[in-house]
Amino acid sequence: MPEFITELLNNHAWLMVAIKVLGVFAVVMPMVAYSVVAERRISAFIQDRVGPNRVGIPFTKIKLLGLGQPLADGLKSFLKEDFTPGHVKRVFYWMAPAVSMIPSFVVFAVIPFGSVLGAQKMVIADLNVGILFTFGIVSLGVYGVVLAGYASNSKYPFLGGIRSSAQMISYEIAMGMAVVPVFMLAADPTWREGLPAESEWNAYLDGTGLLNLSSVVAYQSDGLFSWLIFKQPIAFCIFLIAIFAETNRLPFDLPESETELVAGYNTEYSSMRFALFFMGEYAAMIAGSALMVVLFCGGWTLPIDGFNTPAQSLGMGVLHILVFIGKIAVFLGLMIWVRWMLPRFRYDQLMNIGWKRFLPLSLANIILTAIVLWATA
Amino acid sequence: MAAKDSKPAVETVTVKVDGRPVEVPRMTPNWEGKPEPTTVLQACKQAGIEIPHYCYHPKLPVSGNCRMCLVHVAMPGRPGPDGKPPMNEDGTPKVFPMQLPYEPQTPRGVIGCATGIIPGMEIYASSPETKEMREAVMESLLINHPLDCPICDQAGECKLQEYSYDHGQPESQFQEFKVHKPKAIDLGPRITLDAERCVLCTRCIRFTKDIAGDDALGIVNRGSYNEISTYPGEAFDNNYTLNTVDICPVGALTSNDFRFQMRVWFLKETKSLCTGCGTGCNTTIGSRENKMYRYEPRQNDAVNSDWMCDSGRLDYKWIGREDRLAKLKGPKGVSTWPSALKAISDHLAGVEKGTVAIVASARQTNEELFLLSRLAKHLGATTDSVARKGKADHLLLAEDRNCNTTGAQLAGITTKRVGSKLSSIAKEISAGKVKTLIVFGEDVTKHGIDAKLLKKVTLIVSDILPSATTKAADYLLPGCAHAEKRGTFTNVKGRVQKFMKALEPPGDALPEWEVLHELVHNVTGLDEFRSIEGLFNCMAGEVKAFKDAELTWAGLGDLGANVKL
Amino acid sequence: MKVERAKLSWLERLYIPSILNGFKVTMRHFFSWKRSGVYADKQSDYSAKTTMQYPEEKWPVPTGYRGAPYLVKDVDDNTKCVSCQLCEFVCPPKAIRITPPGQGGEVDREGAEKMPKEFEINMLRCIYCGFCQEVCPEEAIFLLKDYAITGENREELIYDKEKLLSLGGADERAYDHHVQDGVDEGIKKWEKKTQDAQNQPTFH
Repeated sequence: MPEFITELLNNHAWLMVAIKVLGVFAVVMPMVAYSVVAERRISAFIQDRVGPNRVGIPFTKIKLLGLGQPLADGLKSFLKEDFTPGHVKRVFYWMAPAVSMIPSFVVFAVIPFGSVLGAQKMVIADLNVGILFTFGIVSLGVYGVVLAGYASNSKYPFLGGIRSSAQMISYEIAMGMAVVPVFMLAADPTWREGLPAESEWNAYLDGTGLLNLSSVVAYQSDGLFSWLIFKQPIAFCIFLIAIFAETNRLPFDLPESETELVAGYNTEYSSMRFALFFMGEYAAMIAGSALMVVLFCGGWTLPIDGFNTPAQSLGMGVLHILVFIGKIAVFLGLMIWVRWMLPRFRYDQLMNIGWKRFLPLSLANIILTAIVLWATA
Repeated sequence: MAAKDSKPAVETVTVKVDGRPVEVPRMTPNWEGKPEPTTVLQACKQAGIEIPHYCYHPKLPVSGNCRMCLVHVAMPGRPGPDGKPPMNEDGTPKVFPMQLPYEPQTPRGVIGCATGIIPGMEIYASSPETKEMREAVMESLLINHPLDCPICDQAGECKLQEYSYDHGQPESQFQEFKVHKPKAIDLGPRITLDAERCVLCTRCIRFTKDIAGDDALGIVNRGSYNEISTYPGEAFDNNYTLNTVDICPVGALTSNDFRFQMRVWFLKETKSLCTGCGTGCNTTIGSRENKMYRYEPRQNDAVNSDWMCDSGRLDYKWIGREDRLAKLKGPKGVSTWPSALKAISDHLAGVEKGTVAIVASARQTNEELFLLSRLAKHLGATTDSVARKGKADHLLLAEDRNCNTTGAQLAGITTKRVGSKLSSIAKEISAGKVKTLIVFGEDVTKHGIDAKLLKKVTLIVSDILPSATTKAADYLLPGCAHAEKRGTFTNVKGRVQKFMKALEPPGDALPEWEVLHELVHNVTGLDEFRSIEGLFNCMAGEVKAFKDAELTWAGLGDLGANVKL
Repeated sequence: MKVERAKLSWLERLYIPSILNGFKVTMRHFFSWKRSGVYADKQSDYSAKTTMQYPEEKWPVPTGYRGAPYLVKDVDDNTKCVSCQLCEFVCPPKAIRITPPGQGGEVDREGAEKMPKEFEINMLRCIYCGFCQEVCPEEAIFLLKDYAITGENREELIYDKEKLLSLGGADERAYDHHVQDGVDEGIKKWEKKTQDAQNQPTFH
């Protein structure tokens, strides 16, 4: 690397952050686009259909299994008339899509999506309280939906918004409670202190707090069964289901539930504004998957030599990122698959499960974990 | 009714048609107008029953060769030795149905077109026997017919088609090969013959020989190979050939002009007049979607009987010509009818008396000429028209080739010597006396007023086709052909006849009478009518000859009315 | 009537077996490559799913279906239409427009007397009623199987004679129809007429 660039980067730390932000954005946006294609293709196949298979490279006859579809969809969204109904509350109506999309992307700030590339840790903001930040941001996602429902000033979006707020608040509690045992294990100071002083992990985690997400990854790097999915299966199940609910995916898509509410909170939206909601939803799916990967599935590590310690070379660094993306893809696939398998819950069932099943269950899980920890200490 | 009673009593005969007693005149005029015994066919027609026929035509000599009009009849018995006819038991006269002499009980038909009626005769026009006879005749007529109706121009107005449906059988019993005869023969410059379709009724032969007076056609070959032909090497080219197409009951004779142009069932028929000469033959215009396809003669025994000449019949192509005047032209700022009419009215209202000359056309309608004469009277204008002469023939074509010279004379536009004042108008223009020239429908540069003179005057021209005069016009008012407006013509014999509108005029063109009406109204204040009917009735009140004949628009009917010249 | 819900067992109330079953069913469908239904016997490059790749694959049209009307030629590749204009006359929406040839109009073979100079069908107006086919005395126009008539502008959808003839092709149906006693009769009308005319005895 030329001298002046290195110098520039050393003198201006924010430049590196900006580059990382752009990098993450450049990866997440296509993932959003292609998860939409994947959704359509997988749903089609499950229903014995073919799905979009026509759009390939523009201006050629090459079809590429329909992989050009996001281009066509995006172009269509941009070219459609941006229609604002006369009865809406304009400022909120215009704000809502952005408010719903931004939190989904902000979550990526604290997620360690790789080990290191060169000297840089592959996380945008290496916060000591990463998990708390995540919960803080995820709970903002509800505002977009509520705002859209309120601003649309019509009954279906309104009902969608109300349902959404109740649903998200309910499941956030279960989600938060489900994560507590994870940190009871991973944020164990004796574990951090027990790390060999000369190990790469020790250097990697140097200066980070116990609630740092990289720390959780490090905790899970000690073989397949150190993954918290095996140590905390109940917590994982609750977290997974709560993520479904948080991202409004079936069987929890009551805010949208087209059979009852037309299209829920985005009934009054069209063109690019609608596309923003759409992208926000898929970005939230990716963010949720990333969280699950980090918290329960070992993050960017694999229980193989070389993949379970921070990278020593540039190539390994890239491979770590790919492993992370691969794990996310598995969760995305699962979410899509489930959508075409389970019917939507009734609203009372939804509330029942959230408050009367998952909340007690997660509390019980905390106590159980505490007992086990106390007994084994 | 009183007039009818004053006629000499007509001797009548009572016959029974389908069991119904019908009283018909004993004598009926034949094709030459001479009285002949009424025939079975004519008696049935008066009884309201149509006997099918091909060779019979009321305007042609009877030939009796097609056998289509076969009917079964019964005759009263001859008086016995006691001088009394045989009677039934109830005291009515006994009738004897016609039978074959060698096969008793088998009904025998007579041809309706040539069998005279006798008192007490019974005609079974729709009995099963008669029907069977017709079926047999139809079948034999169709033996060699190619049945190419989809191609044939006659389809839709073909008697063979009509009678096939009404009196024919669904299938032919004929198993052998049809005789193939020549098709699409050029019989003359205007006629194409399809010998296969011919039913050999000889109407065309009789017309050409007896009406047109040109014994050009005949039948050659024998039996099934009979066909119509001209003398080898001779063309069938007299001026009345196209009438044979009209009277041909099938599609054997077709007009080259109309051949494969349009199917007849699409044609809208409009009553009109021929403008080719002063005879004023009654015609029917066949048009579709604003395109004229043909003229056909319309029966008017007072003028043209059933006929018209070829030259008149083909004289319609100019109506749809591409270079028709369709754009109103005037000085700067005058491009619409309201502006042009206002400008011309203002101009005419301001001129000095005697400084206007009008050249009208003897091809304009009575109404237009009347309005022009009103204008001329008000302006003190010299008026005249243009004469066209040709050779008259023995039948219809008149010496005068203008269709309304009589009308122009009656309206006072011109005198007996048509066109005699044109030279004096030219002189007055060159002398500077005449400053405004109004020309309707004539190219005056060909009649002594050349283009140089036209530059000296304010020239107002209305015409249909472009000419040197229209080119020089200050105001050019596009006009209508007779097929595009309504009006009346007066023929050389003084018969006033009306014609109807068949087509829409192109572009700006308006019927001249509407334009003139407004001009005359603006200049002279004439305000007595709103329509062509009103205009005619107004004219009939002022022109002496029309007034004497008590003409009204409605009273003209389809056939017109005579005025005394 | 009151229907009692079946009492669920403890395991069933966990729903986990049902969910697993759901995974199984969807997975089976995801990997189903066997053709099913109406397309089971159809060859195709595309997947084995039930989706029909529409413009390339089309519905099998039933017998008697009334698609777009086209002009057909006979088996000798001769134009059959003689421009009788009956179809133009009978056409309820006035979709057909024929320009007759006029005197001396061109024909595509010796012996033929008349064929249309121009024959236009406005496919935007056509209502596929089949009157033209029914009325045609020459069996020259048939409602064939085409049903998706598309174009980029209105003018493009007024089919002219050349287009109608090329779309119609040679008409096998009319051919079969005319085979009598093993001899094809009507279809070679002009050939037969010429033959007859040459064979007949003359007594001139």
